[in-house]
Amino acid sequence: MALIDLANPTRFLAFIARVLPWLVVATAIAFAIGLYLVWFSPDDYQQGATVKIMFIHVPNAWLSMVVWAVMSVAALGTLVWRHPLADVAAKSAAPLGAAFTFLALLTGSLWGRPMWGTYWVWDARLTSVLVLFLMYLGLIALWRTVEDPARAGRAAAILTLVGAVNLPIIKFSVDWWNTLHQGASVFRMGGSAIDPTILRPLLVMGLAFSLLFLTLHLAAMRNEILRRRVRALWLMQAHAAQGA
Amino acid sequence: MTPLSALLVRDMRLAVRIGGGALMGVLFFLIVVTLVPLAVGPDLAQLRRIGPAMLWLGALLASLLTLDRLFAADQEDGSLDLMLMGRAPLELVVLVKAAAHWITTGLPLVIVTPLLGLFLNLEPGAIAAVALALLIGTPALTCIGLVGAALSVALRRGGLLLPVLVLPLTVPVLIFGVAAASGEASSGTAFMILGALTLMSLVLGPFAAAAALRHGLE
Amino acid sequence: MRLSASGLTCIRGMRVVFENIGFELSTGEVMTVIGPNGAGKSSLLRLMAGLIRASAGRIELEAGDSDLSLPEQAHYQGHLDPLKASLTVAENLAFWTSYLGGGLGAEAALVAIGLEGLADLPAAYLSAGQRRRLSLARLVAVQRPVWLLDEPTSALDAAGQARLAELMRDHLAGGGMIVAATHGPLGIEAKELRLGRVA
Repeated sequence: MALIDLANPTRFLAFIARVLPWLVVATAIAFAIGLYLVWFSPDDYQQGATVKIMFIHVPNAWLSMVVWAVMSVAALGTLVWRHPLADVAAKSAAPLGAAFTFLALLTGSLWGRPMWGTYWVWDARLTSVLVLFLMYLGLIALWRTVEDPARAGRAAAILTLVGAVNLPIIKFSVDWWNTLHQGASVFRMGGSAIDPTILRPLLVMGLAFSLLFLTLHLAAMRNEILRRRVRALWLMQAHAAQGA
Repeated sequence: MTPLSALLVRDMRLAVRIGGGALMGVLFFLIVVTLVPLAVGPDLAQLRRIGPAMLWLGALLASLLTLDRLFAADQEDGSLDLMLMGRAPLELVVLVKAAAHWITTGLPLVIVTPLLGLFLNLEPGAIAAVALALLIGTPALTCIGLVGAALSVALRRGGLLLPVLVLPLTVPVLIFGVAAASGEASSGTAFMILGALTLMSLVLGPFAAAAALRHGLE
Repeated sequence: MRLSASGLTCIRGMRVVFENIGFELSTGEVMTVIGPNGAGKSSLLRLMAGLIRASAGRIELEAGDSDLSLPEQAHYQGHLDPLKASLTVAENLAFWTSYLGGGLGAEAALVAIGLEGLADLPAAYLSAGQRRRLSLARLVAVQRPVWLLDEPTSALDAAGQARLAELMRDHLAGGGMIVAATHGPLGIEAKELRLGRVA
């Protein structure tokens, strides 16, 4: 099967049906290994066991940006190549991206509680991620406002690309804002080099979360394709009743 | 179902269906509160000091800006004509629409307030005070905004007319709402006045809005 | 029951839309309001529905429910269909049925108007003709003696117009009255009220 065949939604559904069970198994195995490694990784001499939340936090923060990149590629697909699945891919990725971003914020703030003595500080990195979260929610709101998927898809694609161009600028300006104000001194993770005993579980967890995203994304795309078919059936039903 | 409960259910359903604005107010609130530290700086002590005021301003804007479509949507498809003709008193119809709007946009604002309070570094006690003040005060905002929503439909002008008409009227609610949330000695009195303002606007708002809608017929 | 009007004058802005209109209608009768564009057909119907105020004259419904005004005893179908796209066909109809005071089940009204089988479809998917039918379904679902119809057949195909004519005949047979503004024939015997300059 050539890659181009996957462009056909029916073939794509068959493809999903074939690979999804394997992906679920792979994700489960990756999480099992990752969590095992995390369990037996040493505590940090400064942070104690709290450091372990980083094994959840870092992959989620990483995915929060990867998902936007995936959506940007899909947005190009919608606008430039007018690919029928691109819009489906973007729409079903947005809630997942928002969820990963939310988890990154949540784990960050839970980690910050013992470190900073407060759940939230307006640290440059946290603030950028919060803005990213708001942008995800805005995109989801756009999809929820417009009923016609094709129209919503093009509008969302434009917004996604504008967001992709804007994100580095936002990041830069938030950094500048933070240094301008000499914000509360924030503990920075890592230092010069990450110890391999930390790095290995982190990479495995990163792989596990990426697999989780892939699995959920394919499942969400399948649901979205089916949802659009239901919509098409409704339209046909209304049209058929017209003749009666 | 009675006419009014049918209307309540319909409006709440519309708010949560596609195209409805149920969580739009909350998102707007979240964005406004996020912008505050970007404007005033990340100093936690300062944020704690101005936090209740910022939450009130955010909630005020969020609850008014979402009112724009309250009657306009019903006017555009002729539903409003049938409501004007109906046997249910227009004042009660308007009140029920306001209630549905408050439940789907005002109440969520109150519910997310504790979360936003954490962002602004408020103490648990202060968070509770702000949330309670918003719970008491947001119905007043909805009922005052109701008049603006009805007027903008009667005049067939949307957009910024509503906030321009209504924001000056919300001054007392803002003053006593922030005072009630401040946690100072006078906040007990402020709570009572805030409650009085809400009760008053619950009565006056629907009458004024119904009058505005009827006037729009001429 | 008798519906009578005399000396009705409607002034919109600075323009006299119509002046000194009078008519009488009794149980089982239809009156079609005809005339060129701008003659005030829609204004007359909206005036009867209580949606605009008459500058002079009066309308009376004799032997109706004395506690209720004419608009409260009338169905009004204007150019717009009061439907919400995100609600299903059944939800739209059920809302207006409850709101207007209950009556026939939604199912029976949908059968009468020819929309059976589409009950669970969101109204967004309906064609213009189907939307008009769904809108008219509330006239069947809730009993009101007076129907005020503004171009009711627009958007309806031949089958839809035939069905509407049938519903109107049932309504008249049940002691109802209809005032309809129309350009084309309604398909039933009717009095005529001519507005505007006589050609």
